[in-house]
Amino acid sequence: MLNLLLSRLATAIPSVLGVIVVTFLLTRLLPGDPAAYFAGLAATPQAVAEIRAKLGLDKSLPEQFLVYVQDLLSGNLGTSLTTGQPVTADILTRLPASAELTLLALFLAAAIAIPLGVLAAVKQGSWIDHLCRIVTTAGVSLPVFFTGLLFAYVFYYLLQIAPAPTGRLDAFLTPPPHRTGFYLIDSLLVRNTEAFWGALAQLALPAASMAIFSLAPLARMTRGSMLSVLGGDFIRTARASGLAPRTVIFTYAFRNAVLPVITVLGMVFSFLLGANVLVETVFAWPGIGLYAVNALLTSDYAPVQGFVLTMAVLYITLNLAIDLLYGLVDPRVRLDA
Amino acid sequence: MTAAPALKVENLSVEFRTRAGVVRVLEAVDLEVGKGETVALVGESGSGKSVTAFATMGILDPAGRVTSGSAMFGGADLLALPERELAELRGRELSMIFQNPRTALNPIRRVGQQIADVLVRHGGATRAQAPQAAIEMLRRVRIPDPERRARAYPFELSGGMCQRVMIAIALACRPSLLIADEPTTGLDVTTQAVIMDLIGELARESGMATVFITHDLALAAEYCDRIVVMHAGHIVESAPSAQLFAGARHPYTARLLAATPGETDSLQGLQSIPGNLPDLRRTDLPACRYSERCERRKPECVSPLALAKVGERHLVACRFPL
Ligand SMILES: Nc1ncnc2c1ncn2[C@@H]1O[C@H](COP(=O)(O)OP(=O)(O)OP(=O)(O)O)[C@@H](O)[C@H]1O
Ligand SMILES: [Mg+2]
Repeated sequence: MLNLLLSRLATAIPSVLGVIVVTFLLTRLLPGDPAAYFAGLAATPQAVAEIRAKLGLDKSLPEQFLVYVQDLLSGNLGTSLTTGQPVTADILTRLPASAELTLLALFLAAAIAIPLGVLAAVKQGSWIDHLCRIVTTAGVSLPVFFTGLLFAYVFYYLLQIAPAPTGRLDAFLTPPPHRTGFYLIDSLLVRNTEAFWGALAQLALPAASMAIFSLAPLARMTRGSMLSVLGGDFIRTARASGLAPRTVIFTYAFRNAVLPVITVLGMVFSFLLGANVLVETVFAWPGIGLYAVNALLTSDYAPVQGFVLTMAVLYITLNLAIDLLYGLVDPRVRLDA
Repeated sequence: MTAAPALKVENLSVEFRTRAGVVRVLEAVDLEVGKGETVALVGESGSGKSVTAFATMGILDPAGRVTSGSAMFGGADLLALPERELAELRGRELSMIFQNPRTALNPIRRVGQQIADVLVRHGGATRAQAPQAAIEMLRRVRIPDPERRARAYPFELSGGMCQRVMIAIALACRPSLLIADEPTTGLDVTTQAVIMDLIGELARESGMATVFITHDLALAAEYCDRIVVMHAGHIVESAPSAQLFAGARHPYTARLLAATPGETDSLQGLQSIPGNLPDLRRTDLPACRYSERCERRKPECVSPLALAKVGERHLVACRFPL
């Protein structure tokens, strides 16, 4: 297992290097001149040149890259010109908001889709199988931003049972003291049930709109994978040995079927990370997606760079975690390492 | 064979619903296995040998349906038992081993655990004793270094070793009947002999009855007391091995024997029989499903017939036996 970890870590290094180069080039290629933007419309060319020098934009590209890498190594992602804060600090305060939303959505989706897929496969042709088919076809035809807007319209505006889609917590409630940055956990840690329900109420709509989209691929893969495993020779052996249906379905079938589901779970997770940008915009969610969008609109390089870098590192970590999970489930993967 | 047989299948019919219509895969199959007896079930591919075994075990595909018959085993009709009670018997009183031992084992579970699962399920050992009992089983099927092998995954073992593990799983609870569905297909010739010897030996030790499904008449004759020949879902002949070899009475059996070269076994042998199995979806199948391939066919062959006694323990389903 340690071998697997080390070999996968080694293969992650080139991706990290690639990401560093790409984020650097990407922001330099974006349209718009940040120096001109911050100097303002009435600025003289001289003033613009001064700001450019202050931002280090007058240096050659290789020189800028060197400075960038040095800064990265010391954990310095630059300063956001709009918030005036170091980007690292900005991202660290916003990341938990995005992470809490994404993880809750993923958890909701998995908790519904995986049992649904398993049951649909075990009771093929039953009502639960039909339900599964409906979910998988309906889910993909509803894009996240659309469900988000629809939910806000129906549950907040029409029915008025959801709070205003404006951030993580109602303005009248004080956020719980920072421990993990996840409001749900932090509020429970200090037994502040009011804040817990408040945070959950705010999370419900954005998390649900993200979860609904993720249901489809998860349920479809779980069902398909279970069906193919259940038709396998070793399931016949297990049944011929009289093993209890519970053992056959969970210990024998599901553990084998879960491998492709893990892969899809990873894909869904990375997709949700991307979908954050849309959902956070719709629900005014103070996460890193909204932060990046605002920065992009003002040609503020550093936050965009920081955002892309953070996302890339998250993707890489995620893939690493999935590889390790694979190794945990499947002994054949462990041996390959 | 005066005592009650270990297994008595009577009038078993099975059909499968497929996209192309209903396939009558088994029709009125009779099969009797005495206590401690070893019976071979032979016939070319698609003749319904596996389906007979699966139906008896109650592990048919959902598409398959038993339409008639009974399978008496230890005083109970396996075909009428509720699934829950049948599952109690499977793996404990009647067991089955399959071809392709590599895919027939759970790829991500240690083989020792797979044996232990069966022991624990049927009360053959407590959860705490099970690992040790599993190692003992591996020793009984002559796996060298069983302590280490118990911790192996199927992909780490050879095909022959996997088949021994399968046998260990099947025999863990000392069943009184074992159905071995082509247990040596896909293994090399030396391993085949070793596995067959092992099954025979373990069966003799515990007085277990065995149904041995195979394509290979020579192998059947070498290891089995009696041979039952199947063709297109019918039993066409049943006789003690030596008697069958000395004088087959059904034209199909004669063809099979002619295609089996002496003592050496041949895998291609069965392919040299003229014609193909009839399409079992047809509604106009003649009573003798072999008649269309038979050069001795007479007009009467289309009318109903049943297995008839033609000698001491020798049954044939043919109006004009050889
Ligand atoms: N699940 C199924 N659906 C439809 N038809 C089936 C199914 N399983 C078996 N059959 C049909 O039943 C017939 C007998 O199959 P069976 O597997 O018993 O043959 P067999 O004698 O064991 O052959 P082999 O030597 O190849 O194992 C075949 O014609 C096959 O097409
Ligand atoms: Mg078969």
